Amino acid sequence: MWDYTDKVMDNFMNPHNSGFIEDADGIGEVGSLACGDALTLTFKLDKGGKIKDAKFKTFGCASAIASSSILTDMIIGLTLEEAEKITNQDIVEKLGGLPEQKMHCSVMGQEALEAAIKNYRNKGEAQPQKEGKVVCVCFGVTDTEIKKVVSENNLATVEEVTNYCKAGGGCTGCHPQIEQIIEQCRPEKPQADRPATKKPEKMTNIKKIQLIQQTINEQIRPTLRADGGDIELIDIDGNKVLVAFRGMCAQCKISEFTMRDVVQAKLREFVSDDITVEQQNESD
Amino acid sequence: MKTIYMDNNATTKVADEVREEMIPFLSELYGNPSSMHSFGGQVGHKIANARRQVASLLGCQPDEIIFTSCGTESDNAAIKGSLAAAGNKTKIITSRVEHPAVLGTCRDLEHHGYSIVEIAVDKNGRIDLEQLEQSIDDDTALVSIMYANNETGVIFPIEKIANMIKSKGCIFHTDAVQAVGKIPLDLSKSSIDMLSLSGHKLHAPKGIGVLYVRKGTRLAPFMVGGHQEAGKRAGTENVPGIVALGKACELANKYMDEENTRVKEMRDALEKAILENSPDSFVNGDVDNRLPNTSNISFEYIEGEAILLMLNKYGICASSGSACTSGSLEPSHVLRAMGVPFTAAHGSIRFSLSRYNTMDEVNFVAEKMPEIVNQLRKLSPFVKN
Repeated sequence: MWDYTDKVMDNFMNPHNSGFIEDADGIGEVGSLACGDALTLTFKLDKGGKIKDAKFKTFGCASAIASSSILTDMIIGLTLEEAEKITNQDIVEKLGGLPEQKMHCSVMGQEALEAAIKNYRNKGEAQPQKEGKVVCVCFGVTDTEIKKVVSENNLATVEEVTNYCKAGGGCTGCHPQIEQIIEQCRPEKPQADRPATKKPEKMTNIKKIQLIQQTINEQIRPTLRADGGDIELIDIDGNKVLVAFRGMCAQCKISEFTMRDVVQAKLREFVSDDITVEQQNESD
Repeated sequence: MKTIYMDNNATTKVADEVREEMIPFLSELYGNPSSMHSFGGQVGHKIANARRQVASLLGCQPDEIIFTSCGTESDNAAIKGSLAAAGNKTKIITSRVEHPAVLGTCRDLEHHGYSIVEIAVDKNGRIDLEQLEQSIDDDTALVSIMYANNETGVIFPIEKIANMIKSKGCIFHTDAVQAVGKIPLDLSKSSIDMLSLSGHKLHAPKGIGVLYVRKGTRLAPFMVGGHQEAGKRAGTENVPGIVALGKACELANKYMDEENTRVKEMRDALEKAILENSPDSFVNGDVDNRLPNTSNISFEYIEGEAILLMLNKYGICASSGSACTSGSLEPSHVLRAMGVPFTAAHGSIRFSLSRYNTMDEVNFVAEKMPEIVNQLRKLSPFVKN
């Protein structure tokens, strides 16, 4: 049996805002009967452009219904600009968490909201075709959709992608393509022509330490923070730099790559070619 | 809240008489049946008695019974053990609707040089006998076809299949985990070579199973390293489990009529009431050839996990072929093999009754089910209000 939070069970058993707004300003329809879940979201704006009312109709399991219910609660009172900032993680947080295999329910909620806003902006015209190219034929998921869940949720494996957007959950034929997409979404490789800090020829130890700290602060940390992680400088011993990952990076399955392709590469680029970086182990 | 248990194809309540029977073996009678002292020896006598009780339910000889740890072990032992003794033949025939214990084992063997043929079923879940007959050739080592389906309760014409396979000179195994105790079997008049059963499906505890192996059938042992079970399954016996299963088989013999009369009447009443009061619902499987306790109903436009959680609120236990309940994304392989549309497979619910259910419980479930269906359909985008 799934381990649902009380919040999920409450929103499932007593859903808020179920129904359909007949004269809605925006309608978003996602999912299908065949896929096992589907959601129709409708909203009405007030004169000031804020969402006055929102309703949902959902075919799906408890977490799909709960995600829809909480989402309508979240968007009522918001402007469209505010509403479109809501991510699937925000929905998960409001529900107090969802089982990993059920993450796609929160993604479906976010997608319905996005579709409804698009529908309003297109003045109720037919919804534009899905963006991107279909990767998972079984569940009709495009590369654009996969890229979005990978980068917003910091996903690193095909299994995680399946949990979040169903792609790869059927015949498994698209797994190599999903792996490629994950690879493409990894933190950008350093580019040679970005000399924000200049690499000095020779420097004193103090200067080197300052430069390492500066590079971490200006070049490395922003990249990691974008993915919910962080880095801490622990020690410098000659050309050996000891760092520790924090936040999302600490549990990240690709931290080894992050270490080599981001941290070490940046420090070599901006400080010295001889630098090697080591990660502090948890036991240290 | 009272539990209304209608998920007996998943597992069953341990019968009170069974529990009473096994308790001494969890306390004072802890001897090892292989020991040379009478303290252990008396336990050996109890195992021999249990073997006779099981054989009596199946209509076979006691020495054709091998005790195992579960139905899955029995299936693995039968399939892998008979292949190991089958020489150079490399083809295995099974069906698309087998339990994963058989289907998973066969598909795994595909990675070890065996070729697998999975026989199709029709929209009522009936096996394609013609395809089966045509598939058997000189290279066929083993045919494994289930007796009755766990999800729909559909019973295959196993004796007919067994005779056909015997005439072609192949080994035939049947996974009868859902059939034993629910419908009468008589292996003395059958051409079945091997049969698996599981204790916890017939009111014995979990952790005990049986593989029946007809005398003269070649089988390489699955577990080695001991003389137990005549060298066919090594390992110190699960004495409490074996004694319990013996008693459970004795009880199954005693209640066989009730299973096919009172239990069947309750199942039929439940099914009829639900179908009458829930539009857009239908039964999955061949209603004329079905286990007496099982009903698998699809409710269109709503999803199975949501239905189960609503039933759970009333203490009602059932199960579903929906994708969401398993954590996989695709609905039941059995319903898909039958060509049940995805739309209906996602909303399928299985009720499986036992002799411990009452008509009052049936009436309660029959009353709640349409309410739940109605409530979820109000939320469904595919139902216009």
